[in-house]
Amino acid sequence: MTNKPNSIQQKENLVVKFVGDSGDGMQLIGTLFSDASALAGNDLATFPDFPAEIRAPHNTIPGVSGFQVHIGQTKIYTPGDLCDVLITMNPASLKSNLKWAKKGATLIVNESTFEDDAIAKAGYAVNPLTDGSLKDYHLVAAPITLLTKKACEEFGIDLKTIDRSKNMFALGMLCFITGRGVEHIFHLFDKKFIEKPKIKEINKTVFRAGYNYAETSEVVESIIDVPPAGSTLEKGRYRNVTGNVATAWGLLAAAEKSGRPLFLGSYPITPATEILYELALHKSLGARVFQAEDEIAGICSAIGASFAGAMACTTTSGPGLSLKSEALGLAVMTELPLVVVNVQRAGPSTGIPTKSEQSDLNQALFGRNGEAPLVVMSASSPSDCFYAAFEAARIAMETMTPVILLSDGYIGFGSELFKIPKMASLPKIHPPIAAANDPNYKPYNRDPETLIRQWAIPGTEGLRHRIGGLEKEDGIGNVSSDPLNHQKMVTLRRDKVQKIAERIPLQSVVGEETGDLLVVSWGGTRGATLKAVQEMQAQGKKVSLAHFSHIMPLPKNTEKLLSSFKKIIVPELNDGQFVNYLRMKFPHIPLSQYNKVQGLPFTVSELTEQFIKIMEVK
Amino acid sequence: MEKKFVSIPKSKTPLTKEDFISDQIVKWCPGCGGHAILSSVAKAFPNTGYKKENIVLVSGIGCSSRFPYYVNTYGFHSIHGRANAIASGVKIFNPSLSVWVNTGDGDSMAIGGNHFIHTIRRNIDVNILMFNNQIYGLTKGQFSPTTPKGTATKTSPFGTIEQPFNPGELVIGSQGTFFARAVDTNPKLMTEVVEEATKHDGTSVVEVLENCIIFHDKAHDAITSKENRGNAQLILKHGEPMVFGTDQNRGIRYNPGKGGLEVVTIGINGITIKDILVHDQYAKDPGIHLMLAKMQLPEFPVALGVIRSAAFPTYNELFELQMYEEKKSSKIKCVDDLLNSGDTWEIN
Repeated sequence: MTNKPNSIQQKENLVVKFVGDSGDGMQLIGTLFSDASALAGNDLATFPDFPAEIRAPHNTIPGVSGFQVHIGQTKIYTPGDLCDVLITMNPASLKSNLKWAKKGATLIVNESTFEDDAIAKAGYAVNPLTDGSLKDYHLVAAPITLLTKKACEEFGIDLKTIDRSKNMFALGMLCFITGRGVEHIFHLFDKKFIEKPKIKEINKTVFRAGYNYAETSEVVESIIDVPPAGSTLEKGRYRNVTGNVATAWGLLAAAEKSGRPLFLGSYPITPATEILYELALHKSLGARVFQAEDEIAGICSAIGASFAGAMACTTTSGPGLSLKSEALGLAVMTELPLVVVNVQRAGPSTGIPTKSEQSDLNQALFGRNGEAPLVVMSASSPSDCFYAAFEAARIAMETMTPVILLSDGYIGFGSELFKIPKMASLPKIHPPIAAANDPNYKPYNRDPETLIRQWAIPGTEGLRHRIGGLEKEDGIGNVSSDPLNHQKMVTLRRDKVQKIAERIPLQSVVGEETGDLLVVSWGGTRGATLKAVQEMQAQGKKVSLAHFSHIMPLPKNTEKLLSSFKKIIVPELNDGQFVNYLRMKFPHIPLSQYNKVQGLPFTVSELTEQFIKIMEVK
Repeated sequence: MEKKFVSIPKSKTPLTKEDFISDQIVKWCPGCGGHAILSSVAKAFPNTGYKKENIVLVSGIGCSSRFPYYVNTYGFHSIHGRANAIASGVKIFNPSLSVWVNTGDGDSMAIGGNHFIHTIRRNIDVNILMFNNQIYGLTKGQFSPTTPKGTATKTSPFGTIEQPFNPGELVIGSQGTFFARAVDTNPKLMTEVVEEATKHDGTSVVEVLENCIIFHDKAHDAITSKENRGNAQLILKHGEPMVFGTDQNRGIRYNPGKGGLEVVTIGINGITIKDILVHDQYAKDPGIHLMLAKMQLPEFPVALGVIRSAAFPTYNELFELQMYEEKKSSKIKCVDDLLNSGDTWEIN
């Protein structure tokens, strides 16, 4: 197969969105196209967008499942606002996603599904393919189901199998239109279907049929080519990775660097379960993974393992974090290392499980009884999840303190290119393990500088001791309800966490350290805030970005930084939790906010609009 | 099963009860059953032969859960109901530790019920000592999941209207592999039972009928008092007929017509010792064990001693076996291998 296009149109970047019924295989072809683009040298970011239901009713809007990918010759920061190509497999997916297509976008539509009842179910009065309502787009309506059936004739297979392959026809069309050679796709097929040779052959045949159809029927005037990113990416070895997988790998890396084997106690919950899946695979690396009976047992087993000397972690999402609150207090009280990864989703309560939000910050900071300070951090992109998880584990183990790492569904499910680090380049982790038979060992003796206690691991001779959730006497660790001792212990636990600010980097700024506007963001919104700020900087505006990873404690230069700009805006996907935390810490610094709570990420354009608006206010 | 993957180091020198007594003042009420249990356990621990550094006691909340403070091993006094989950984490992470749970009827069967049944179901190799005083003692006398129906307490001033749990029934219903019952008035039996629990691979549950002198005094009197115990207790011994009574002439027989157990008297109606059931604590089928665990006064005596000790693979053995196999066969030996597995490419 060679490309014989009328012409080639080069583009710096391209956004493609795949939408169809749940079960149409949109996640699969989205991932295949992304991986093939990565293999072709593009930078990229992806975001799957699917309903909580496994199979909602056929051809309905609640049943629409989507996957968006942004590929580029230049550095890509987000999965993109609006798409250039929309692949839509049924009327409902067209109806619910047309608003995410740019005017003039190419729409690849499976015409076979546009039958009267499906059109009606989607809420259309008339067939949108024929009523002229799509005249602002480049409509490519192809009878994909029918052509897939024809392509499959040689295999003599049942209709269900044929129907399941139609996504590959669409993928074939897309690959022609975007000038993707078939070699990368076939390489991926060979790996994915290694144990199903017949399915592999069917998929290859259907893919070729789609590719050839697009070519021979000249569905586009020109092929859109996004050249490899090449020099815009740092040299090195790369792969594509989702945030949840990167989180799992960061935890494994920390276990290796600390010499403390990993223990995960976890209960399945969307959108965090993929971390559990990934870690469950790696027994060969000594990862001890326990699927518990509930969220509480997840964290409690991890606390038990931590007491026994593990690099212990538990993974969850908002409702699960609520259930873990009491046990978190126990980890604070017993001063045991523990990493709690919270992949946030839209709340409160069950909320919208598959949609992303940043609304668990207050819970992470304050959601425990008593004075119970702990470390709160966040991850800012799929690949950053690796470093954030590593850092969370390093801090937890070196300071004998529980750490909550806030990720979210957007970066957890999303993927981007990841420059593979060498383990030798990561810092070694030094947990304060007590020496056997140390005659001076007492459970709550502390390093006078850092206030960190030692880790006395069961099995070690001469260190037998008892800890627990009751208040302990400073040093010796006996149960104590003495008023002054309690005051002292509360202060010690607080100061220990505050002193962790000495171990974390100063807050960095993208742009000048002073100026007209500072954008302050945290967590998974970094791609969008960075891109918006860069665009405005390119227009000569004096805008900078401070994107926070460390929230409790804050970097030491936070106040100075916030005091160096004329205006500050804090955009968040919640009702204003970080901005109010900053107001509490720095009441004299005026802060503006921009909040969206729709279960959707920020678009770059809406942020730019907001930032310009606030700069214009006198 | 692959026992080679799980072993607990033994002490090089013989230990005594004194090695296990901590320097803490025991704060249970005078006359509390806890004192006798503590003493029995401290006597049993040296006989396990384990290094004292390799014993870990985990407790929840309640009077029972102060136990770890009084034993000189590694100890963790945690939060209400969660001891079984914490102990599971300790044991799964380090199977070379001998892990004990000190808990009560409220801690393990009310707030911690979920962790209790799932620990048992998985057959995690921990030993659970459950002090059953049929009352919430530390919060001063509310009814618990084992309080007999009709009992008036502060939260049931007109008598409880709830059916209580029988812990043995719950354990066996959760596919438990070991269940024993002891009474705080018989320290010798308690020590024996604790030693049996140690020998058992998998979750062992020892229910101790414990007296709360303040809030539920004499709750177990019908079973444990001097005048009652002869006829109210059946002390089970593996391989021996189930004979009981002050005159040792009563026994338990299986009645096929009734489909259950019955009490018979040897020498009456032609009953001989041959008619009496012989206890097989190792039987894999839990049928008879369940019937024994459920025996209640006044129709039956209450069964004490080891009711069930069936050999099934433990969670920990299977876990270690998978770890071993994976370490042997996986191509991924370190995190560098992992990060570079699958599709990667070089950008120059």
